[in-house]
Amino acid sequence: MNTIRNLLFIAVASTLVYNFVLARFLGLCPFIGVTRKTSNAIGMGMALTFVMTMAVFVTFLLYTYFLHYGPQNIFVRVWPRIFDYNSPFRGKTVDTMVLERVLRTGSYILVIAALVQLVELALKKVSPALYHALGIYLPLITTNCAVLGVACLTTTDATRPLTLIEATATGFFAGVGFTIAMLLMSGIRETLELADVPASLKGAPIAFICTSFMALSFFGFALKLPT
Amino acid sequence: MAAKEHPLLAEVLKGIFAENPIFVVMLGLCATLAVTTTAKNALPMGLSTMAVLVCSNVIISLLRHVIPSQVRIPCFIVVIASFVTMVELALKAYFPPALSEQLGIFIPLIVVNCIILGRAEAFASKNTVLRSFLDGVGSGLGFTGALLLVSSIREVLGNGTWWGIKVAERFEPAAILVQAPGAFLVLGLLMGFFKWMSLRRREKSS
Repeated sequence: MNTIRNLLFIAVASTLVYNFVLARFLGLCPFIGVTRKTSNAIGMGMALTFVMTMAVFVTFLLYTYFLHYGPQNIFVRVWPRIFDYNSPFRGKTVDTMVLERVLRTGSYILVIAALVQLVELALKKVSPALYHALGIYLPLITTNCAVLGVACLTTTDATRPLTLIEATATGFFAGVGFTIAMLLMSGIRETLELADVPASLKGAPIAFICTSFMALSFFGFALKLPT
Repeated sequence: MAAKEHPLLAEVLKGIFAENPIFVVMLGLCATLAVTTTAKNALPMGLSTMAVLVCSNVIISLLRHVIPSQVRIPCFIVVIASFVTMVELALKAYFPPALSEQLGIFIPLIVVNCIILGRAEAFASKNTVLRSFLDGVGSGLGFTGALLLVSSIREVLGNGTWWGIKVAERFEPAAILVQAPGAFLVLGLLMGFFKWMSLRRREKSS
């Protein structure tokens, strides 16, 4: 029962309250770049949700079994005294967090890049139709801060230690929240094409001002949350 | 304007004004919006990004004949990720812990900041070391300057302070400006302002 409650909480929190675009400022490049047309926004949103879910799953395993110092760490299991102060490294003060501090950024980004490549190849083989729909957006996702951001937020920067299911759910629902924001934005921007906007505000500036009002309405969800 | 100046100086200046990463090229916006609640947060973030940008530009420029063009993007990312890790560890080691906490995940996210990969791909992989270094300095200064501008506006109007010092008595700050919606609003209006200036300059010259 507790798990289901936690998952529901994660669903609401990561889609609405801490919406990745509107509250956490992650993944703004595709948000501004790909929202001119609704069909593109849906394609990008789907691709991103897919990659974010996969990325969280893989980086969470990488974090628990390789980087994080804990009972599940494979290095600790193989050689329990590896981080021990009485180990052969004695006197050199081996920091138990050395692995996650030094290797986190590099290993995550490599895993994500490899994953995106893999997803691209797999989709090409399994579902050519989906591949062509998402095709151009997939390579762009490697350098999308929403993916690396969600990986960090569910592992090293999580407010409390999460389980694998909770972490993966966070990734999925963050992607869903992203898609919702992109869809709303593309609807606004398609209408904006017909509006008479001052020349200096055309394009990105007016898009940001509209985003501001969207963020204002999403801000209301945060006020509803019990602290 | 830039044609009259020394070509090396022009390399620096173009990053600050004509090709400002935030207001003109519109890259690296995520960090811009997230850390500009106060000027005190914006400056370290700008300088960290600048350090990574300059170092990665120099290294990538040195390696430009070695890296095969098919695998250049992963190579660039590895170089950038190493420098980001160094900056991250340096921030944790030499600065108060509150700073790392405030900047949070946006320090590791420098890796995916489009400005750095953008400059590596568009400039450093094609130009000499000195020019790449100056390009990094210019873009970094442009980025830091833009962060300071956005954060100053948000902090003064949203909190009534600048760099933590109270600037106005009897002034009710609009707290929404230090929250998420204010960030989008200030950036949108500033972008509009810069576009308006460039439109006006073009009108005058023609």
